[in-house]
Amino acid sequence: MNRPSLWEALRGVVRRDLLLAMRRRSDVVMSVFFLVIVASLFPLGVGPEPAVLRTIGAGVLWVAALLACLLSLGRVFTADYLDGVLEQMVLIAQPLPVLVVGKVFAHWIVSGLPVVLLSPLLGLQFGLDGEALGVLVLSLLLGTPTLSMIGAIGAALVLGVRGSGLLVALLVLPLYVPVLIFGAGAVTSSMAGIGGEANLSLLGACLVLSLFFSPWATAAALRIALE
Amino acid sequence: MNWSKYSAPLAFYPLAGKMIPWFSAVAALAIAVGLYIGLLVAPTDFQQGDSYRIIFVHVPAAWMSMFLYVVMAIWAGVGMGLNARLSFMMAQAIAPTGAMFTFLALLTGAMWGKPTWGAWWVWDARLTSELILLFQYAGVMLLRTSIDDLRRADRASGVLALVGVVNIPIIYFSVKWWNTLHQGASVSMTAAPKMATIMLTAMLLMTFGFWMYSIAVILSRVRCVILERESQPAWGNPSAAPEVAEAR
Repeated sequence: MNRPSLWEALRGVVRRDLLLAMRRRSDVVMSVFFLVIVASLFPLGVGPEPAVLRTIGAGVLWVAALLACLLSLGRVFTADYLDGVLEQMVLIAQPLPVLVVGKVFAHWIVSGLPVVLLSPLLGLQFGLDGEALGVLVLSLLLGTPTLSMIGAIGAALVLGVRGSGLLVALLVLPLYVPVLIFGAGAVTSSMAGIGGEANLSLLGACLVLSLFFSPWATAAALRIALE
Repeated sequence: MNWSKYSAPLAFYPLAGKMIPWFSAVAALAIAVGLYIGLLVAPTDFQQGDSYRIIFVHVPAAWMSMFLYVVMAIWAGVGMGLNARLSFMMAQAIAPTGAMFTFLALLTGAMWGKPTWGAWWVWDARLTSELILLFQYAGVMLLRTSIDDLRRADRASGVLALVGVVNIPIIYFSVKWWNTLHQGASVSMTAAPKMATIMLTAMLLMTFGFWMYSIAVILSRVRCVILERESQPAWGNPSAAPEVAEAR
């Protein structure tokens, strides 16, 4: 039997994880609903003044997206860790970081992409207009993959640790702060008329950096967890 | 002389014990002189009055908070690279002191900010990134304590510490990159300092004192860690280490 190429291995991991996610659709729906509910709580708590909602809208949506991503982090590795698939992934002749990229990409499609697609609708609820909505979608498109990449490190570190759900939040949220600042900053600065390009470039830089470093750190953390 | 023999916890334990009094004495002396110059000798600032004097604690504490994080990450990295137990113990011993200095920097900053800026806290780039540093110290310590297997706890918190190093340049350059409320650096390696020599002397003395204090405290904490971890039969015959046997 021929050894599959890197690309085939990557595709295989993505396909498998997406298939598993499709078999358990309620998981996906849950994190999307969580996002919608959190975003809808703020107007009820803060009050329905359109001016206030417009100012806090970008920040609230970004925080909600961040929390939705955080809640779904447990799904990246836990099931595979429990049934032993992860051990096989560490053992096979493909580099572990590549497989990690595949798993994180699948996680993003399942939990990040719905957030990006839903965000214009939620933005309308907060009274964001045309250009700001576009920047919001773009910022989430650049930012949510970064959140998944960084989150994977935390998810790998807490595998099989007691109280891991809460612990992963404590580990990962501080690292999410720059993405949150640049993401929400892009929308607010475009609303202020300065244009969101600078913040979007910084988000892109964060994405590239995390794409480069996070798979190695995640692979190291997985090896430690499986020792 | 073969220094690498001190990488064994057994050999390092008595050496640390001998070094602690020296570092403590130097720390006490430097902090006492630094505080004397800073609080009594240095002139009053013509804009801020006497409230500026808190920088003699604030700036050294902030420097130490960043420096100790990097040192902790380096020890963790060395531990993972060379598979050395003592390195992980050093990393474990550094974290609480680093967190303490981070908290001290935030606290003194708030005490200075109230009379000067009129607010205890502002969401400025440097304040926020320093707060994140505090969370990172907490994360590293919490991750270590929630994993029961020592070997895994060491390595996992080491990975987290190394990942968190990205925040250090962000804190350091935050006043340059974002033009927010916290003023820029008054002291730098490359340019002449923008403060009076006497103030600078006090600040550097305090930094030196804090540095020596950190070494003394970290060494005594690492001794506790060694006792805690190596009290199992791993050391074999306890009579080989009379001092440890005594301390037990």
